Amino acid sequence: MKTIISIVRKDFISEFRSRDMFISMFTFSLIIIFVFNLVLDLTSNIKNIVSPAVLWITFLFSGSIGLSRSYSLEKESEAIKGLLLAPVDRSLIYMGKFFSNLIFLLIIEIITIPIFIILFNYDFSIKIIEIMLVIFLGTIGFSSVGTLFSAISLNTRLREVLLPILYFPIIIPVLLNAVRITRSLLSGESLSSNSSSLQVLIAFDIIFLSAGILLYEYVIEES
Amino acid sequence: MISVNNLQKTYGVISALKGLHFEISKGEFVLIFGPNGAGKSTLLKILSTILAPTEGEVYIDDINIYKNSHEIRSRIGFVSHEPFLYENLSALENLVFFAGLYNVDNPLNKAKEILETLQLDARENELVRNYSRGMKQRVALARALIHEPDILYLDEPFSGLDLLGTSIITNILKNLKAQGKTILMSTHSFDDCADLAHRILLLINGEIAFMTSDVNKDHFKQKYLELVSINN
Repeated sequence: MKTIISIVRKDFISEFRSRDMFISMFTFSLIIIFVFNLVLDLTSNIKNIVSPAVLWITFLFSGSIGLSRSYSLEKESEAIKGLLLAPVDRSLIYMGKFFSNLIFLLIIEIITIPIFIILFNYDFSIKIIEIMLVIFLGTIGFSSVGTLFSAISLNTRLREVLLPILYFPIIIPVLLNAVRITRSLLSGESLSSNSSSLQVLIAFDIIFLSAGILLYEYVIEES
Repeated sequence: MISVNNLQKTYGVISALKGLHFEISKGEFVLIFGPNGAGKSTLLKILSTILAPTEGEVYIDDINIYKNSHEIRSRIGFVSHEPFLYENLSALENLVFFAGLYNVDNPLNKAKEILETLQLDARENELVRNYSRGMKQRVALARALIHEPDILYLDEPFSGLDLLGTSIITNILKNLKAQGKTILMSTHSFDDCADLAHRILLLINGEIAFMTSDVNKDHFKQKYLELVSINN
């Protein structure tokens, strides 16, 4: 646990100093939401169908920028090798990076939500707690897969391109189910009416978090 | 004692190391020389466990370093020509972070103490990003020594250093040698460190061309040039 906290703390100090990741993720989120809001003339009929997809695509794209940046910091001066030289279990390094990414993504998402509510004309009485729960589960999926695939792409020349190519297809089940539940909640339905989608999200999170813990050792090593 | 048996590393069709065999005794200082692409960095990366060999085994005191990598990692320090440091953290923050990973007692005191030894205490709170190449290399050495390893691997630690940086690191290496640390160092700066070595290992095209305890500079240079020109 001490190792995980050290890695998260180190990532936060590093990001707080540069703010590169936050600024790029937040700016990108804002631009996507603004562009979609401008180009889609959303009447109330289709608003609840389209806007959840806009929200989750925003999270996905800005998240991929964050994930890519998170490993750029490790690649700078080959700091990751200093980490790999230490007598710590690779799974703890994965968990440290997973929690760092999870917290960074959640912060950006929490900031994005009010902007989304205002621009898409929702009122703040929507089921925000339930929506936040779905966002939390979806972001665990984003972070677990993203942390693993960022490590895979770390030692490749085309890592900025490779990450989305590997990451986006795998994350589709999270995206589909998170959009489905968010749409249902924005239409006034309850969370319990989406239990199957919720189960898929939870199962995905457990599978990919476990896969990350088990496989990180093999993907992070230089070959 | 470090024992290397039939160590091989291939990258696709390229053989970087072709079945190396050698042993290094406790407290020995061994210099690795060789032209660019001879396999020096690959050898040190494998010995430090950050790269897996294609074939062969390495033992430290009869412990297989890949089967017991946790135990071995706590006994070795590695300095590369890249510093392996976080640029947005200060030297002190970097060292405290790494000391924590090695379970060093009282990491803050230990980090301060080692920065003082390396004459970096006056600028310990500055970000590593703002350091000169020589200062980064000294912090990298501090990172490698923070857990007091008994084996130290150095991969071209003098590359890009000015005279002062080279002199500081050379003095530290002298002290470490006097403390009985086992040191394996690759370098192109033969004149700066030949006096430190007990033995010299010459690698050419992934093979040991020779290993000698004759550290006479003239003899070595003559033999080096002969062998390298034959292989080219």
